[in-house]
Amino acid sequence: MKYVDEFRNPELSRRLIQAVLGLGKRMTVMEVCGTHTMAISRSGLRPLLAPAVDLLSGPGCPVCVTSEADIARAIALAELPDIILATFGDMMKVPGPQGTLLDAAARGAQVKVVYSPLEALKLAQQRPEKRVVFLGVGFETTAPAVAATLITAKEQNVFNFYVLSLHKMVPPALRALVEQEDFRVEGFILPGHVSAVIGTRPYIFLAEEYGIPCVITGFEPTDILKAIYLLLTMEEPAVEVEYTRAVRPEGNPKAVEMMERVFEPCGAEWRGLGRIDGSGMRIREEFSAHDASLWEVETPPVLGDKRCRCGDVLCGRIRPLDCPLFARTCTPESPVGPCMVSSEGTCASYYLYEEAH
Amino acid sequence: MELLEEVVFPLLGGGSPWGAEDATLLDFPSGKLALTTDSFVVQPLFFPGGDIGKLAVCGTVNDLAMRGAKPLFLTLGLILEEGLPLETLRRVLRSAANWAREAGVQIVAGDTKVVGRGQADGLYINTAGVGVVKEGLQVGISRAEPGDLLVINGYLGDHEVAVLSCRDGLELKVQVSSDCAPLSSLVETMLSAGRVHAMRDPTRGGLASVLTEMAVASAVALEIWEERVPVREEVRAACEVLGLDPFLMANEGKVVAAVHPDDADRILMAMRSHSLGGESAIIGEVREGRPGEVVLVTSLGSRRLLRMPSGEQFPRIC
Repeated sequence: MKYVDEFRNPELSRRLIQAVLGLGKRMTVMEVCGTHTMAISRSGLRPLLAPAVDLLSGPGCPVCVTSEADIARAIALAELPDIILATFGDMMKVPGPQGTLLDAAARGAQVKVVYSPLEALKLAQQRPEKRVVFLGVGFETTAPAVAATLITAKEQNVFNFYVLSLHKMVPPALRALVEQEDFRVEGFILPGHVSAVIGTRPYIFLAEEYGIPCVITGFEPTDILKAIYLLLTMEEPAVEVEYTRAVRPEGNPKAVEMMERVFEPCGAEWRGLGRIDGSGMRIREEFSAHDASLWEVETPPVLGDKRCRCGDVLCGRIRPLDCPLFARTCTPESPVGPCMVSSEGTCASYYLYEEAH
Repeated sequence: MELLEEVVFPLLGGGSPWGAEDATLLDFPSGKLALTTDSFVVQPLFFPGGDIGKLAVCGTVNDLAMRGAKPLFLTLGLILEEGLPLETLRRVLRSAANWAREAGVQIVAGDTKVVGRGQADGLYINTAGVGVVKEGLQVGISRAEPGDLLVINGYLGDHEVAVLSCRDGLELKVQVSSDCAPLSSLVETMLSAGRVHAMRDPTRGGLASVLTEMAVASAVALEIWEERVPVREEVRAACEVLGLDPFLMANEGKVVAAVHPDDADRILMAMRSHSLGGESAIIGEVREGRPGEVVLVTSLGSRRLLRMPSGEQFPRIC
């Protein structure tokens, strides 16, 4: 516990802020991960650093980047007979064309909030008369646990357990992002949890091909400040690890191996970024008996609110305040877009902690 | 009827007047009558530091105490799911009876209904409470005044983390007990130590919600000093892992009060000498400012809004 304390040390943080401001440099930096966005908003770092760093939020909230079509599919699955849809709570309020999963539950669908895929597997074992579908949303952080659960389900012959895999990989999305014409970010704060799994290698292209310095960091204000200081003072673009207490350069090979055994890359639709080749995680044929994406379901056409600018927020093109719906039509109580739904969505972070309105 | 006579009465009704008649008659002292009710649906039914029975008694006792009332009587209604083990019911009732005794209230009326399997999550409890407020004492959420200091009687978030720690699938390896406790005696101590203007117990929605309610109801602004707000290191760490915010976490044995600045030290000392207030702290101040606005001065020195959360906090995905 003392260990964490050291990284929350306000005195050290204040000194780091002075050090960053004292460099007299300016940089546009993107924090990719929603947990970083939340941590930055909560600690009030954005205004303190404003003279030196323009901090933009990126596409690192798995709920937010899930496409409307995928949400429509998840809701349609939940409304099939004899189904229990098990999901992380974050997904309950994301609107699709048929409303939200909460609405589906009110119409009679069985939707259960779980805290881990293993809990969904247990549910399947307790309710053999039902088909339990786990809604697999997340990045390389959650995917290994889902992979492990699928391996267990297969070994133990839990035939009524399924996964709808909407998992996504961060590095291909970052490539799509930096390829965009109007992309103006000069440095990346890379996610700590994802990197603990995949290590540094998958990000090297950002430094080598695009000349963008990157730092992998933790979630305490001191971590984030150190990362920013490193970005501002790096001589040659590289991928550095500030979060050495959790991230090894090689990542966690066991977790990666498990993930690769169960999933294979596929194209995936990202909200805001569109379809990105090789960024999705499809369940391999060996586990197809548990793959809910193979089921045929009818989904209504996706219309979307054309005024919703979650896509632009996710790419760092605009800040939440620049969206005409922010805090007016779109609030955490009645969200229009997913960035306002997820607890780590950029708009929810800004709404809860940053902007006075 | 069997359930009432064989299980409920022996545990709760001993010597109390509930049972035979349709309504209970009570002698009532002079003063203003305070009345409140609340329903309890916590899962799991038993958690470190408490259970649904204790919660049902403390929750209602505390709501009375927040108006400055001395709690006197409770009613207790049970909705039981068919198949609930009798031993579970006994444990819950025993706990309710113990905590009622501890809080100095009598359970004087009640009801039991059994519903089919799947129609209730084991056991639900509703309690209503009656208390008496001393003539002339005025404590309420709308009475905070600019200049008042804000005090709290200890660590934030213990209850919610304790409940989360024993939820299936979460596997949160922390040892934190719920702070669930009847606050009536602590509140009495505070009231006799100085001028308390507004009080509220930060249950669901946490400290952020209660402060916002106070700021809105009293048409004042509040400033909170993050460094002064007591949060246990284990709770902070658990929040970090789950992506939750201690300011939004539920408590069941905490009171936050706006007190007259001249009396604040005396009230704080009195609280610290009480068994439920050892870690009491002054955490902020009531300001004139924009009515309803709660500003947090972070430990880094920046200022940000402290807003009421919407709906339930969900642990994050990654």
